[in-house]
Amino acid sequence: MTKNLRVKTSKFIDETYKISFKFNGSTYYGYKGDTLASALLANDIHLVGRSFKYHRPRGIMTAGSEEPNAIVQLHNNSPRTEPNVRATEIEIYEGLEASSQNCWPSVNFDIGGINNFLSPVLPAGFYYKTFMWPASFWEKYEYFIRKSAGLGKSPTEPDPDIYEHKYIHCDVLVVGAGISGILAAKTAAKNGFKTLLLDEKSYLGGSTIYQNSENFKINNQTSNSWLEKEINEIKKFQNLEIKTRTSVAAFHGYNFLLARENLTDHLPLNLRKDKTRHRLLKIRAKKVIIATGSLERPLIFDNNDRPGILLSSAIEKYANFFGVACGEKNVLFTNNDSGYETASSLYQKGINVEAIIDNRENIDSKLIMEAEKNNIRIYKGYTVVNTAGYKRINKISIMQLSKDGQKVVGSKISIACDCLGISGGWTPAVHLVTQSGGKLTFRDEDQVFIPDQYPSDQISIGSCNGDFTLDEILLSLPNKLKEFLNIKTTDYDNLEVQSSFNKSKRNIWLLPSDKVIGKTKPFVDYQNDATAKDIKLALREGFRSIEHVKRYTTTGMGTDQGKLGNMHALGIISETAGSKMGELGTTTFRPPYTPLTFGTIVGRNVGEYFDIFRKTPIHDWHVKNKAEFENVGQWKRAWFYPKDGENMHDAVQRESKAARDSAGILDASTLGKIDIQGTDASEFLNRVYTNAWSKLAIGKCRYGLMLNEDGMVYDDGVTTRLDENHYIMTTTTGGAATVLGKLEDYLQTEWPELDVYLTSVTDHYATVSVCGPNSRKIISQVIPDLDFSDENFPHMSFKNAKIGKIKCRVMRISFTGEQSYEINVQANYGKSVWEKCMEVGKEFNITPYGTETMHLLRAEKGFIIVGQDTDATMTPIDLQMDWIVSKKKYDFIGKRSLYRSDTIKEDRKQLVGLLTENPDEVLEEGAQIVADIKKSPIEMLGHVTSSYYSPNLKKSIALGVVRGGKNMMGQKLIIPMENKKINVTVADPVFLDKENKRLNA
Amino acid sequence: MFVINCPYCGEREQSEFKAGGEAHIVRPKQPTELSDDQWAEYLFMRKNIKGIQFERWVHTHGCRKWFNVVRDTSNDVIKAVYKMGEKPPTN
Repeated sequence: MTKNLRVKTSKFIDETYKISFKFNGSTYYGYKGDTLASALLANDIHLVGRSFKYHRPRGIMTAGSEEPNAIVQLHNNSPRTEPNVRATEIEIYEGLEASSQNCWPSVNFDIGGINNFLSPVLPAGFYYKTFMWPASFWEKYEYFIRKSAGLGKSPTEPDPDIYEHKYIHCDVLVVGAGISGILAAKTAAKNGFKTLLLDEKSYLGGSTIYQNSENFKINNQTSNSWLEKEINEIKKFQNLEIKTRTSVAAFHGYNFLLARENLTDHLPLNLRKDKTRHRLLKIRAKKVIIATGSLERPLIFDNNDRPGILLSSAIEKYANFFGVACGEKNVLFTNNDSGYETASSLYQKGINVEAIIDNRENIDSKLIMEAEKNNIRIYKGYTVVNTAGYKRINKISIMQLSKDGQKVVGSKISIACDCLGISGGWTPAVHLVTQSGGKLTFRDEDQVFIPDQYPSDQISIGSCNGDFTLDEILLSLPNKLKEFLNIKTTDYDNLEVQSSFNKSKRNIWLLPSDKVIGKTKPFVDYQNDATAKDIKLALREGFRSIEHVKRYTTTGMGTDQGKLGNMHALGIISETAGSKMGELGTTTFRPPYTPLTFGTIVGRNVGEYFDIFRKTPIHDWHVKNKAEFENVGQWKRAWFYPKDGENMHDAVQRESKAARDSAGILDASTLGKIDIQGTDASEFLNRVYTNAWSKLAIGKCRYGLMLNEDGMVYDDGVTTRLDENHYIMTTTTGGAATVLGKLEDYLQTEWPELDVYLTSVTDHYATVSVCGPNSRKIISQVIPDLDFSDENFPHMSFKNAKIGKIKCRVMRISFTGEQSYEINVQANYGKSVWEKCMEVGKEFNITPYGTETMHLLRAEKGFIIVGQDTDATMTPIDLQMDWIVSKKKYDFIGKRSLYRSDTIKEDRKQLVGLLTENPDEVLEEGAQIVADIKKSPIEMLGHVTSSYYSPNLKKSIALGVVRGGKNMMGQKLIIPMENKKINVTVADPVFLDKENKRLNA
Repeated sequence: MFVINCPYCGEREQSEFKAGGEAHIVRPKQPTELSDDQWAEYLFMRKNIKGIQFERWVHTHGCRKWFNVVRDTSNDVIKAVYKMGEKPPTN
């Protein structure tokens, strides 16, 4: 039977609402309002996990999101399982199941604990140093290292929860609903600003709301009751939106912030169904008020990590807010008044305080006097030098500090305890300011970094600005708000504030010990097990930059991002290296402030919504006819149509053969289509294509190659002259958007004098392409009114026509090398035209073919695919397409680059055909091409870009780029593969119908 | 993510725009008369300034107009926007 450490009733906890939960398999009870941490502490459980490297027992250390130790796995082995959840942040709910991480077989008996005894041989950089060589052995080491390291387990099943994103625009965003944030939000709202107030906790009021003490008063009321009235008032404002359980993750430029609103994590699992779990808020605020408060600092001394050692402020919160005593024999160790504030709270709740150890000497304040009056033993000028107790602290040893604080003197005193509260003062939570690009300044008097320069319209108020005491905060706030919001008065201009807190602090980053540093374990980063010793070692080994020390020792690299210990790391570096803190700077505060789940980041963009996809008007037909699809840009294109259990190869062979033997039909609707009009349209085409356009007759089509200014092939396609000043350009499927963008760029910026208008009409037309020797028979039945004779309708020409009442544009153009017609109709008629072709074509075995067959057919003909046979290093000359480059034209995009010293080199990679010695051997696309296999290293001449088995030629064909390939016709080359080498011969890239008989048939 | 004041549409999120590199690089009128070095200067050489930089941007998901932006690359503060063909601000 565990103890019940619930003390006097707290109004934040509903003791009529009992909740059962499981921790490491055992059932416990807590109340509504508890966090997992407070409920465990109420059950006298401190030991929650094992540390990352040494597997030391670790307990709950904080009461907030900065928790480094008490991180647990929720709902192990279920789709909802989540690792690294801070026990201090998860509100308990009926059915909660949590378990310890990084321990085996159990948190109470952990085999990895042996690392603790091996720690003298596991210094900083141990893994780097030890497992460096031989390099090839890393894979073997890694298996074991990964097994013994690591935090929680990631889920293995799809996330059942829903996440979403939301944009919010507001006048004033207030981050943090402590006393400063509440007052700022109320002031902003009252002055008519559209205000948004966020806080990561489930309640409003920060730490003041449970600061029930005569020591802190506002207008003669205790601070908490005064604040409660303010909170009740702000809830009435229509123009003030309040979001709790909402943690700001990132603060980007121009006051753009990301926050995670947690909507269901506090609910029992059965109430979460169909609800959004997390909402990522994308906030654009005109003004930002940061009131994120401050984080209490631990103290760095030997064995400062045992379960039962907590931040002093956490002990206070557990007592005041949750009504839980963290121990029965409490000792507080402090260098400032915070420890006394906690002692006062504990005393009020009837919780025993054994002693207070204070670094300071000759110090007095109202809070100290109160502690003395309450007969608490106080050791002034003392420090803790060691602690004992493996799974729970049971004793501390203290010694007197020397005057300079560098040494300990006198004899050791032992004090028995089961809980030690530590306070090293406070660190302003400046994470968001620095994320936004703000600059910090170091305040020497109390050794804190505070905001100095803001890059956007924002301010920091309260303790995140270094105003730590209630009187400091409230007396400076009105003027700050007046200036920032440009208002005349606030409700708080004449507050009367009483605070018993004395600001003095004795800051010693690394407390002295009676032992040499090498024999101690003063933890700086609890989660990553980095000690002061490691930091000193890093400095001895020559690291100086804080960023390097961080990476070498892993200080600040855990899921808590070193919220507790980073300042101490800096302090120890500065003391050891003799540099000034302010000059040393800080490590970068990177978003997110607290970890985000992937679900939150991805939002609704999962499964079929992962990316936008575009489908053609004929898409449904392809689906119905069992097409396999391939992604081309954002398009889903029919890839091939397997019949009766065919595999891809068989389907493609059948489709390819049918297209050449009789008729094939392709959905070409995805090709980019740009409508070009204007009196300078011809001149414009002259400038953007390599070939000449002025003389293209109306009703004719022409293939064009488009280059970048660097002379490299960028896109290709057929453009048709519809009228005197009207063209329709087609682009590659993937290039449509960028080609339009590029053309617009030139028109707007280089040639604004041209009278040309561009309109993307890709989606407006469906394109049905019918090819093959019987294509004319089919198409002339589909469009009976049109004369399809060669005389009237030769290759590379265009006709306007009608199918019934449907207007259509018919082009006789070919990408397969077959006689081929493309019918373009208004998109919504696409499917009916396709079906009509299928119906008419039945007697000719018209065969739908997909992109794979299209690729094969064009490869037989030696037509390139931009982006497959080219990359951004191929000129038209490299492609052996000199014929398309006009010699007469004065200029076009990329022309000058075609005779740069580099582009005229003879040994550039050039496109060639490749034929294998064994006609059945199909090359792998991407395979390397070499000439001499004996030379070492083997010289790579190029690679295979396209490769197929041609059913029409009954042999393997391939295209490839080969250095100097143009002059290697007939030469034998080698394709070395993993287990064999394949002999190939360089050939003409046109494998079929060099004379274009089929095209003009 | 910054906010850009499109000279045609007004303030919009950066995600609506695309950057187009350094501004005020004029395509030579007679490229064929340039030496390799001169052409390379136009083609390849771009400044990469820490501080005030003149850049081209296009409102891709808006009016699709190109315009110029004066941006401090060290903190993304946009000092000015002006239309294509207009003179850059001097101060």
